[in-house]
Parts: sequence; structure tokens; C-alpha cells
Amino acid sequence: MSDKGMTIHLKIWRQARGAASGKFVDYTVKNVLAEMSFLEMLDILNEELVQKGEEAVEFDNDCREGICGTCGMVISGVAHGPYAASTTCEIRMRQFKDGDTLTVEPFRAKPFPIIKDLVVDRSAFDRIQQEGGFVTMNVGSAPDGNAFPISKEHADKAMDAAACIGCGACVAACPNASAALFVSAKISQLSWLPQGEPERGRRSLAMVAQMDDEGFGDCSNHGECEAVCPKEISIENIARMRREFVKGALKG
Amino acid sequence: MADTKILDPKIPAGPLAEKWDLHEKENPLVAPGKNRREKTVIVVGTGLAGGGAAATLGELGYKVLNFCIQDTPRRAHSVAAQGGINASKNYQNDGDSVYRLFYDTIKGGDYRSREANTYRLAQLSMGIIDQSVAMGVPFAREYGGTLANRSFGGVQVSRTFYARGQTGQQLLLGVYSALSRQVAAGTVEMFPRHEMLDLVVVDGRARGIIARELLTGEIKRYSADAVVLATGGYSSVFYLSTNAVNSNATAVWRAHRRGAYFANPCYTQIHPTCIPQLGDYQSKLTLMSESLRNDGRVWVPKKAGDTRRPNDIPESERDYYLERRYPAFGNLVPRDIAARAAKVECDAGKSAYFSDRAVYLDFAEAIGRLGKDVVADRYGNLFDMYKEIIGDDPYQTPMMIYPAPHYTMGGLWVDYNLQSTIEGLFVAGEANFSDHGANRLGASALMQGLADGYFIVPRVVASYLAGAKLKPIGADGDAFKAAEDDTRKYLQRLLSIKGSRTVRDIHWELGRTMWDKVGMSRNAEGLKDAISTIGKLRGEFWNKLKITGSDQDLNKQLEQANRLSDYLELGELMARDALSREESCGGHFRDEFKTEDGEARRDDAHFAYVAAWEYTGADREPAMHKEDLVFDNVEMKTRSYK
Repeated sequence: MSDKGMTIHLKIWRQARGAASGKFVDYTVKNVLAEMSFLEMLDILNEELVQKGEEAVEFDNDCREGICGTCGMVISGVAHGPYAASTTCEIRMRQFKDGDTLTVEPFRAKPFPIIKDLVVDRSAFDRIQQEGGFVTMNVGSAPDGNAFPISKEHADKAMDAAACIGCGACVAACPNASAALFVSAKISQLSWLPQGEPERGRRSLAMVAQMDDEGFGDCSNHGECEAVCPKEISIENIARMRREFVKGALKG
Repeated sequence: MADTKILDPKIPAGPLAEKWDLHEKENPLVAPGKNRREKTVIVVGTGLAGGGAAATLGELGYKVLNFCIQDTPRRAHSVAAQGGINASKNYQNDGDSVYRLFYDTIKGGDYRSREANTYRLAQLSMGIIDQSVAMGVPFAREYGGTLANRSFGGVQVSRTFYARGQTGQQLLLGVYSALSRQVAAGTVEMFPRHEMLDLVVVDGRARGIIARELLTGEIKRYSADAVVLATGGYSSVFYLSTNAVNSNATAVWRAHRRGAYFANPCYTQIHPTCIPQLGDYQSKLTLMSESLRNDGRVWVPKKAGDTRRPNDIPESERDYYLERRYPAFGNLVPRDIAARAAKVECDAGKSAYFSDRAVYLDFAEAIGRLGKDVVADRYGNLFDMYKEIIGDDPYQTPMMIYPAPHYTMGGLWVDYNLQSTIEGLFVAGEANFSDHGANRLGASALMQGLADGYFIVPRVVASYLAGAKLKPIGADGDAFKAAEDDTRKYLQRLLSIKGSRTVRDIHWELGRTMWDKVGMSRNAEGLKDAISTIGKLRGEFWNKLKITGSDQDLNKQLEQANRLSDYLELGELMARDALSREESCGGHFRDEFKTEDGEARRDDAHFAYVAAWEYTGADREPAMHKEDLVFDNVEMKTRSYK
């Protein structure tokens, strides 16, 4: 545990709701401890702003343990900040040094319009899921859970892909604002499981079409998405999505 | 004070194992097609209970309006559950059965839950696994391709299904996929970033809600034929808890103000394995999954005030107090017992070096027995999370843990049909009180959420809609207008105080009082003190609150202030309930009522009832009503895990 606090300088993107643009505003937070989370440091800033009668910085956050996918900001150029395989809420201030200046921006991408300050609209992800990110079956019609054996290897591959939390860091990190990693994770998960088989072709075509309609860019194999993904979703899933798409297209 | 009423839980007749089936046979139905399309159901919450209910009602053809405060339904707090979900499949051939799961749950709840509900939960548990597998939930599997199981606290069988340390997330994504399909099909209309702020009751029945669109601040009215609340628990009343920072009790509390009774508010679960508190700046406490107790051994130094580092303390000077006190269950005793045992040791001055509020959870034995790779495979993500927060490596140095508020067994009172004391208002998941008694067993919250969501709510709501002769109404009536008006004024009042204390400041103070006086152990003096302290703090809140921004904008300060205003009433009710329950049971431990060796002393002769509280006004004493708990199928014993 550290005894002395750090002083951290922040350049935070402030944008009013409905405004076409915003600007960086400078703030300084003192007595920041190494074991504080990044968001707790922002909490302290907000307490100070409210006490001064100013509006708090709005940022989405909820579980604060890296699983809900609500939080997300770009810290000094990196989506979710400098610590690999972490969400913004999991970043501890031990990642930074006394006197550091950090820029804090929203996840920027055309399909993620900024709502206010660091809050963006990621509803495009929901609309992509609605096109086919499911198995068509109603409650009541399921066979016994052990009716279909699934090899551990395939179950593990499905779980690796299913770990996606839908935070959108992959889109924010991609120079093309591609959602390929997010979309491929769902397509890939269901492609490893027998339950996903009947709708396999239709699913990949429909989800990819919706991804394009939302205005996400193409994947050109930069790999930035994988580098920032808090759940370490592999870009192998993108290759798999492409195969699924081609197979689906050929089958018609 | 109003007269005490005895509430009728409307348990169906017949033998325990047949009640639900017999009930289903008799329940009236709504014909498919037009009749269902013309019935509107509001579901608030998109976790396992709410999302499951909304999707399933949509599949059946009803018109569903589904609300959540998150930006997408996939982020409901069910997502954070780590360890697993119970089901009495007996896949491990270790003697499990519906009866055993039922019995374990009743016993684990310290004989303060309703037999019929708990049995139904155990019956439905198996269908949940089948349903989730069929939807593509990637549960852990054995090499032969069958589903894997692990053990959890308070039981002697392996019945917990899991998906790494992300079981809640994977089950929720299953629910979300079903919801997504219904949204595409047009049966479910989704309202993300909407918060329910009032319930609208017309002619004694729940007929709609008032909700605030969180981005614009717009207050809107929605009418329906039935309302389902599945908005989770109220652990955030403690300020620091394992719950998400937006988890709140506002929906259930506003329904309570409109006439829904609140049952057993004092039954709260303090989870034994959380990362200890680090400082006053903290916003939440981080849970380390209970599954860690499968392989981790809990200990403290034998000597009080021992500040040596754990690896410097020889084996002979360590006290593995759970193994010593509870040899039959060892480190896998139920949560309430493990949590209280940690407090007993720390109160006696025996704690980890780091804080007088921390004990060790040690994996050295497991690493020696299984190898580091196997331990990493099981718990690697939790170890990494711990290392980043504390700075110690659990592969080398024992973890430090301490109990933290985690789950609330209390909630809105519901009958067997999950209907509250307001007709047409159903309550599901953690938001109701029904199945866990005074203590919930691990891996049972996900089970209850999905049992309620997938299987119970769709049936009981259908039967209500078929039986109640409801007149169609819009949202233009006087009750809707008045509720909307009240809501707007309430928010404007919060903004107009312009005092000097922030929401966080007041919430922190409330949390401190709750933890000290209404936490892991309680006594009459402390509880009376809490009631008076919280009352004063409520006054302070309404006179000195300071928030900025507008009600016509995204404003989290305003959202949190509004939620805190409800916690300042609910916290007091929890203290009153704890004061009135002059016994110790499950998560409710009264210092005055314990055995010679410090275990909880229940008083079945006087307290085998559910306390259901009626709201009588903000600063008026609530009225207590009762539901007698009748045990026809199990014998009420003193719970022992020794």
C-alpha cells in the first residue's frame, strides 16, 4: 500500500448532450493512491466539481469489476487504458506515475455517437444481435442437457468467444471502426456448438449485413481490436466468421 | 398502528411434490393469437428473472414492454455472478435429488422460507440447465462431452454447473439472446436507459408505471394489464457492497409506497470471500468467488495481534478455524456461518497483517496437491484480479479476504404465484423474498432468477390475465397524470435543495451506520440507535443535499440522489425488522440470541413467520403483518455443519 498520494493531471473530453462537438478540459486530482481504481479517481474529481457547483463528468459504469461491459474510455490513446486484458474500471492508479498527464476521451466511432462527455450510444451492437445472435427455440422445448455430448475442446472454444462483454473497445481501437471482433465472437461461439448448427448460414449473413448497415468499417487485419480486448477475444474468430460467411453465402 | 393481518400465501393443496403440477392443471389460460397480443405486460429489469420473463412472455405471444436502466439489457447485474448455478440433476451420481436440493435450501435458509416455493424451485432447476444448454450457453464440460459440476458451500453433493468464473454472464447472455429474438419478432419492445420511478395503481390493481428516460430526463407514462418487477436486491443500502454501483431499490420501494408489503428486510447476505476494504475513497467491494473455498483453506494466526507476513507464520501457529469448528463441512460451510466466523476471529484480534478486518485464504495445499496449472485453470482470472487490486500474488502469498454485503434475501412479499399484495403486481428474482429464507446458498440466485423468469412468471401472469376481467385502459387517466406529476415534483425538489453535502457523502454515512449497526451482528441498542440516526440523516438529506445539473439531461448525480432517498427509508425499515426479530437465524444474527459456542439461536416458537411490512408514510412507523411458516415436510432442526 502506498502512503503518499500522487498528483494526476487530466485532459477530459467534455461535450454537452446534443452538441455537435466538445473540447478537452484540464483538471488536476491530488492525493491519488496506487490502489485506487481509475474510476474512483474520477469519482473524487466529480465530488470536487459538484462541491464547486459545476456539472460532474458523465461516464458510463456499473459493475466496476470488469464483467458488465458498461464502462469504456480511451485513456491516453488506448481503449480501456494501459493495462492489458482489463476494462477501464479494472485499471488501478498503480499503472501511472506522480505528475502524469492523461487524456481521457470517449470511444470514438461513427456508429457510436457521443451522447454526453464520455458516454456513447452503442445500441448498434443490440441491433446486430437481433439479426441472428441467438438459437431459435422457445422455453419448454429443450432436451436433456446431456443429450448432446460436446467435446471439451469445442466447449472451451465456444466459451473463449462467448466471453465478449460487448464493451465496444474493439471498435474504438480499430482505425476502420470495424465491429468484426464483436460480431465474430457471437458467430464463432454458436458455430462451435451443435445448437447453433441449423441457423449457421443464415446467422452469419444476417449479422454481417446488419454490421455493414450500421456503418462499421471493414476489417483490414490491424489487430488493434485483439490488443485492447479486455477479455482477450482472439482475431482467429474473425477468420472463422469469414469462413462462416462464405459458406453461408455459397449455400444461399 | 394498524392491526396485524395474517397473510395467505395461497399455497395450492396436494402433496408437496405435486403442488405445482396440480396448480398448473387448474390455472386458466389465455388463447394464443389475438387474445394474447391484446394483453400488455410491463416487465421492469432485464436480468435473469426480468429478461427471462420478458422473452418467454414474448415467445408466448403477449405484448411486452421491457425496461432497464442500463444502455443494453445484456448488462443487468446478473452478469456479475461468478461461481455457478445449482440443479438437482444428479449427473454425478452422488445422491442428489429434487428433495435434497429442496432440503438443503430450506436448511441453508435456516427454516425461514416457504416450503412450497422452495420445492418448486428445486423441481424447476433441471429444466433451467436444459433450456440454457439448448440456447448455446457454453457450460464447462468433461472430456467425454458431458456437463461438469463443482461443489458449493452448505451442501455435500456436486450440483453446481458453471461457465468458468462467468456463469452469470453466460446465463444472462442466453437470456439476452432470447430477448433479442423477441425484439426482432416485435413481441418485446425494449426501453433501455429508462428508470421506473412510480407504480400506477387503478382500482386496486397495478396498471402501469412512470419511467424516466435517463438521457433526456423525460418523464413518461406506460399502461399495461400486469406489471412484473425484477429489479434486483438492495445491498447498496450499505454503500460498499459487491453490487454494481447503479443497483438500487427504487422500483420496489416505490411499489412499497403504493401498497406492496416488504418482507423480511433484515435478511441480508454478507458474502465471506471479498477483497478487504482498502480505504474511504472506495466505491465498491470486489467479490472473490465462493468456488475458491473448494480448494482454498481459511486461517488466521493463533496469536492475537500477530503482524508477521503470512508466509513467516509456521503451520503450527495458524488456526484453520473453519476446519476446526465445522469438521463436517470445513471450508465449505454456508456463507452466513463463514462470514460470521471471520468476524469472530477478527474481533478477537486475530487477523491478517494488513488490516484488522481480513483473514487468509490459502492455496498452498491445493497448489501442492494439484499443481499450479490446475489451480490456474480453475481460478486464474480471480487470482489475476486479486493481484492487480492488492499487489500480492496469490500463487505465492495467501489471499486476504473479508465479508461484504452481497445479496438480499428480503424483498417484496409475494404469494405462491409471485403476486404481491397489490393485484396484478408480480415480483421475481432477488426483488422478491420468497425462496431463500434467512440465508441463500451459493449458486442459488441464478437458479431462482431463471426459475422465476423462464417458468413461473409466464404461467402465473397468464393465469392472472385469464382470470381477471380487466377493462382496457390507456395512460391518460387521473392516476397516471397524478403519478407523473408527483414524480416530476420529487425530482425537482431534489435539485432545489442546493445544500452542501454530496450524494456520495450522505450515502457513505448511511452505509457506515448500516454496516456497524445492521450488519453481520446486531443488537437492540445498536438497532434503536440506527433507527434514530437514519431518521436524522434523512432530514439532513432533504435539507443539505447538493447536486448539480438539470432534470432535463443525463444526470447521474440526480439518479443517485433519487435512489438514495429511498435507501434512507429502506435502511430504517431493515433496522426495525431486525429489532422486532428477537432471535438469530441465517444472515440475521442478534448478539443477545446465541448459543454458548456462539452459534445462532433460533426461536421457532415465536418467530417462525415472515414479517411483511406495510408502508404508512415517510416518517410514520410501518405496520407489521405476518405470514406463518408451516413445515409439513421437513422437521425444523437446529442447523449444524459441525
